[in-house]
Amino acid sequence: MSEMKIVSGNYAAAYGSKLSRAEVVAAYPITPQTEVVEKIAQLVAEGEMDAEFIKVESEHSAMAASIAASNAGARAFTATSAHGLALMHELLMWASGARLPVVMTNINRAMGPPWSVWADHHDTLAQKGTGQLQFFCENNQEVLDSVIMAYKICEDEEIMLPAMIVEDAFILSHTKEPVEIYDQELVDDFLPSYDPDYKLDVDQPLGFGSLGMPDWYMDFRYKIFEAMEKVPEKVEEVNQEFKEVFGRDPGGLIEEYKTDGVDVLIVTMGSISSTSKDVIDELREEGHNIGLARLRTFRPFPVEKFRELIKGVNVVGVLDRNYTFGHGGDAAREIKDAIYGHHEPIVKDYIVGLGGRDLTPKILKNIMEDAIALQDKGLDKEIEWVDLKVNQKRWRR
Amino acid sequence: MADIPEKELMRKGTTACPGCGAAHAMRYVLKAVGEESIINIPACCWAVIPGVYPSRNLDIPLLYTAFETTGASSSGVRAALNAKDVDPREVTVVGFAGDGGTADIGIQAFSGCVERGTDTIQIMYDNEAYMNTGIQRSGETPYGAWTTTTPVGSEKEWKKQPKKNMMEIANAHGIPYAATVSVGHPELMIEKIKKAKEIPGPKFIHIYAPCPTGWRSDPSNTIELCKLAVDSCVFPLYEIENGEYNIYKKPKDKVPVKEYLKLQGRFRHLPGEEVEKIQKNVDREWELLLEKEKFTKRENEE
Ligand SMILES: Cc1ncc(C[n+]2csc(CCOP(=O)(O)OP(=O)(O)O)c2C)c(N)n1
Ligand code: SF4
Ligand SMILES: [Mg+2]
Repeated sequence: MSEMKIVSGNYAAAYGSKLSRAEVVAAYPITPQTEVVEKIAQLVAEGEMDAEFIKVESEHSAMAASIAASNAGARAFTATSAHGLALMHELLMWASGARLPVVMTNINRAMGPPWSVWADHHDTLAQKGTGQLQFFCENNQEVLDSVIMAYKICEDEEIMLPAMIVEDAFILSHTKEPVEIYDQELVDDFLPSYDPDYKLDVDQPLGFGSLGMPDWYMDFRYKIFEAMEKVPEKVEEVNQEFKEVFGRDPGGLIEEYKTDGVDVLIVTMGSISSTSKDVIDELREEGHNIGLARLRTFRPFPVEKFRELIKGVNVVGVLDRNYTFGHGGDAAREIKDAIYGHHEPIVKDYIVGLGGRDLTPKILKNIMEDAIALQDKGLDKEIEWVDLKVNQKRWRR
Repeated sequence: MADIPEKELMRKGTTACPGCGAAHAMRYVLKAVGEESIINIPACCWAVIPGVYPSRNLDIPLLYTAFETTGASSSGVRAALNAKDVDPREVTVVGFAGDGGTADIGIQAFSGCVERGTDTIQIMYDNEAYMNTGIQRSGETPYGAWTTTTPVGSEKEWKKQPKKNMMEIANAHGIPYAATVSVGHPELMIEKIKKAKEIPGPKFIHIYAPCPTGWRSDPSNTIELCKLAVDSCVFPLYEIENGEYNIYKKPKDKVPVKEYLKLQGRFRHLPGEEVEKIQKNVDREWELLLEKEKFTKRENEE
């Protein structure tokens, strides 16, 4: 029987791994992810979850152990945040190069210094080139749903790549919401057990990861490219199937909120999307033709979907809770990349909420009104940092 | 003494240099652990020795892993086998890393693996430097040795630090079993590894594996160097079982250390007083080891 529980985003991730029947979990604690580790440890200790929990001595080892377990044919899960994720960097690439469907949760947290444990997407986006699939969640239910779906997508033999399910520090990780914990049998039907054709097996002694000379390496990379190209379709397909089985739509590549024929399109990622949707409603009531696209799948970037979405749009206002120095906000940059040579609206990049800075409905409304105004006055600034000490008066008015 | 099993799990055709001690090491390790084993190998000479894709000369499931991860990989493989109810006495998980991959960059994962109590054999084949990248010093490079990062110029910049004692580090974890073995004593080596295989929990095997390329020694002297290392007490053969030391091969007559040093170009620059210093240190370490053996013998307890 499915059951509603009031749980944090961290617990939702833990329950997601349990329902997915992760067989090996290797994780190391870091704020604000610690509860994921603690909850899984508890579920295992109580016999509620049948998994081997490896208490590793670092995140680097967490991913290394997950990779090895996956290579030996087990469904592997891990979780981390910020500095832990950065420490894993080498192995995030190892997992994709080795074509292993390891699924992890990353709690989006700012990178130090200065030390900060609060929400910021830079940790995840700094890993965008590692061959990991990246799914940004809006609420705790979606965290749980996405873990289950990620295994289904990643273990598909045409894909065989690792994934990161990401949720915002504290705003999701420590906030309790009602979450449906599905009936195990329902999940089992949706997600069959992991049984790869090739694994470490004494009855079939194969070697994994040997030296690839220049006449081979590039072709292996091409195969990853091919797999990644198939992911968008797979995401939508699995999303559809999920909807049919569980009666819930996590949003596929991009969740569209009132986007039909809009003049102004706001793009968000993660938890700020919920408040933003309320503000969109308010503005629509005031007569503005504005809608919201929640970018759920950042890797692979839903290029085609964006090209469709921006048809007829005048202004795209992108809310980036991240900044890559010398480059810009990642979502805005990628959107511009995607639409280059197609219909090209004004794109303005709003840098918001770094290191957990609060995004109130008022600030969001000011941003959206700024975007609406661009229709008449044209683009003033390509990138605007919002709600800094020097400009707070303007954004909080 | 154990017989050497006939079955070869390492086929001919490696990319190892002539006289490579590490190649012998793998051959005997596989003979000892047998085909019901899974091995993981980080970056090191042995990431290249089995051949390049799609060739491979090892008839055993093999996982290559990142340089510093061997201990973590072993824990991961063992956990997956546990999840599938494969008994550790049925399938042995072996981590096979160099001295750099074990004692330096991999020491954290090694320590974690041992501390967690993973049922695995962690092997350090010790050629006393980073050979794969071209003979740079490691924590296992002995005092006095030339390497490319301890070059001997007018300032006499040979390695100034002593060799890191991994047996003591392993033992400090309360490891159930640790042993030093040498490729020049294959029967003894196989006996000790077979013994390790039967012991539950983490095991550590330190293999002495000369590297003619890095040691500037003649490839035909590899086995001779093994014998001299043991007979001069530079590399004593001993095991530690639950804290109890047992020197399983004591030299009848101690050979002077200079006999060992002079077969290797990496020590050629050392002046007589430095050789004396090394001799003194080896003597001291040997005496200490004898004392440890005496002190920890369980039969003395009752
Ligand atoms: C993170 C990382 N740093 C550095 C290297 C380069 N590297 C590869 S093998 C190696 C030395 C290996 O030394 P050791 O473990 O003693 O094995 P050996 O080559 O001597 O057999 C180094 C430095 C690497 N592969 N990965
Ligand atoms: S460099 Fe040394 S350890 Fe490496 S293959 Fe050659 S002899 Fe063996
Ligand atoms: Mg070495």
